[in-house]
Amino acid sequence: MTAADGLRIRVKLARSDFSLNVDLDLPSQGITVLFGASGSGKTTLLRCVAGLERPANGLIRVGQALWQDDARHIFVPTWERDLGYVFQEASLFEHLDVQKNVAFGLKRSKKPGASEALSRAIELLGIGHLMHRQPASLSGGERQRVAIARALATQPRLLLLDEPLSALDHARRHEILPWLEKMRDELSVPMLYITHSADEVARLADYLVVLDQGSVKAYGTAQDVLARVESPAIGGEDAGVLLRGTVVRRDARWHLSQVEFPGGFLWVRDNDIALGQQVRLRVLARDISISALEPHESSIQNHLKGCIETIVDDAHPSQALVRIRCGESILLARVTQRAISLLNLRAGSHIWAQVKSVAVIE
Amino acid sequence: MNFPLNQDTCDAIGLTLKLAALATLILLMLATPLAWWLSQTRSKWRAPIAALATLPLVLPPSVLGFYLLVAMGPHGPLGQLTQALGWGVLSFTFTGLLIGSVIFSLPFAVQPMQNAFEAMGVRPMEVAYTLRASPIDAFFTVALPLARPGLITAAILSFSHTVGEFGVVLMIGGNIPGKTRVVSTQIYGHVEAMEYAQAHWLAGGMLVFSFGVLLALSMMRKRVGQVRP
Repeated sequence: MTAADGLRIRVKLARSDFSLNVDLDLPSQGITVLFGASGSGKTTLLRCVAGLERPANGLIRVGQALWQDDARHIFVPTWERDLGYVFQEASLFEHLDVQKNVAFGLKRSKKPGASEALSRAIELLGIGHLMHRQPASLSGGERQRVAIARALATQPRLLLLDEPLSALDHARRHEILPWLEKMRDELSVPMLYITHSADEVARLADYLVVLDQGSVKAYGTAQDVLARVESPAIGGEDAGVLLRGTVVRRDARWHLSQVEFPGGFLWVRDNDIALGQQVRLRVLARDISISALEPHESSIQNHLKGCIETIVDDAHPSQALVRIRCGESILLARVTQRAISLLNLRAGSHIWAQVKSVAVIE
Repeated sequence: MNFPLNQDTCDAIGLTLKLAALATLILLMLATPLAWWLSQTRSKWRAPIAALATLPLVLPPSVLGFYLLVAMGPHGPLGQLTQALGWGVLSFTFTGLLIGSVIFSLPFAVQPMQNAFEAMGVRPMEVAYTLRASPIDAFFTVALPLARPGLITAAILSFSHTVGEFGVVLMIGGNIPGKTRVVSTQIYGHVEAMEYAQAHWLAGGMLVFSFGVLLALSMMRKRVGQVRP
């Protein structure tokens, strides 16, 4: 990836109650998640990229297309930017049926292959049977899928999604997440995705930008950012790392799969994932314990040999967060300060990490 | 009591309908952009313009009629302009009546549309912009269709309010049969001439018409409300 292919966002915005100061170079592929608490400036940043807000001093470039450059007095209005935007609430046009909603932007984007793009978007989001329904008669999950298909149908260079799942209940969320994963894996369009849910970060993020009070606290690949212990991007109970691996063995008797990752092997619950399939694994810091000797008679079957890189204090004074290197991978473990002292753990110590639980994401 | 559908009455009814139809048409064209502007702008001129557009609602029709009469008269600014353009003086003509009616019914066209545009919020327009629609395109394909109930209410109110006006018509129209005599002034004429039977027929007709309009409006609102929760 050269700099010219990527996404450059430089935004400075000062309001009476809020300021945003962001300078980012983002990759032109996959899902970049903007993560942060409410009020951190995620939505404002996305609206600036779309041109719905106009920062006084901004530079927005998508590949070769310059959308805003105040140094050169360039500001392309929203309707001339080649983007798709999915709002928090589906915001379908209530006076048009689903078919006309999805075709609205497509008609205007005037690109070749429009009808193929439309049928692909309809198929990708599974809304073919809804085409002649009115928006008012759709469920929340269906509405959001139509809104995503409507944005996709214009074949945008960049897809912006502002917490597309936050208005939905748990069940509906899990109805849409697989569609989003499918989009990431099957489309080449880069996405900027806002969320404050750690679960969505783990499932979707290739790249992660952590925003805090209008400025960037951390950014990089999701794996890297999640494995940082100094000012962890996602703290508390959700702190943990993301690993990528391949299913190498399936044990029918115990209903387990073995996943190989750059750092060892882990037994996980068999979720019917085929051999050779790539998977994401989410391992939370609270689910890892540390043993000085190789554990033999433990109910925890997954133990990995590793070396401690750093130990930092956690939010509560009784706890510490330990960054462990296992081969080429990093694990985070939350243990008590007392255990650190009794086991005499420090940077460089060789230890065994016991992994109590692993979530398989795809 | 025979139905007094003589030439005078027919003229008055025909003129009333023509006036109301034309006034409604002009009002929809004028009030739609005005209502849109009022619903979107953050200009400092918003409040004074909004007040001005609402003024005919509270002003006595005779006051409005008086000023219009003076303005359109041979020595008024509007009168001088129309004379200079070779159109003559507009007071006591149908055109003068039409101008007066448009101004008099303006709030009845602006308010429902402005409410409809405001209730819509900014989101539908923003969505349209992200789907490549320019502001003009989005206005006609998104804002106007979404504000349709407000538009229909505005049209019906403008029409019926013009049918019902009296003071302004009398001040600037002058009650000339076949030219500026509408139903409401016709009734006034009948009463003055002690022709109570004719006055009854026309007044009753107006009552039924007005009731019908209001009934239709409230039934339509209910139906629209069911479609869009």
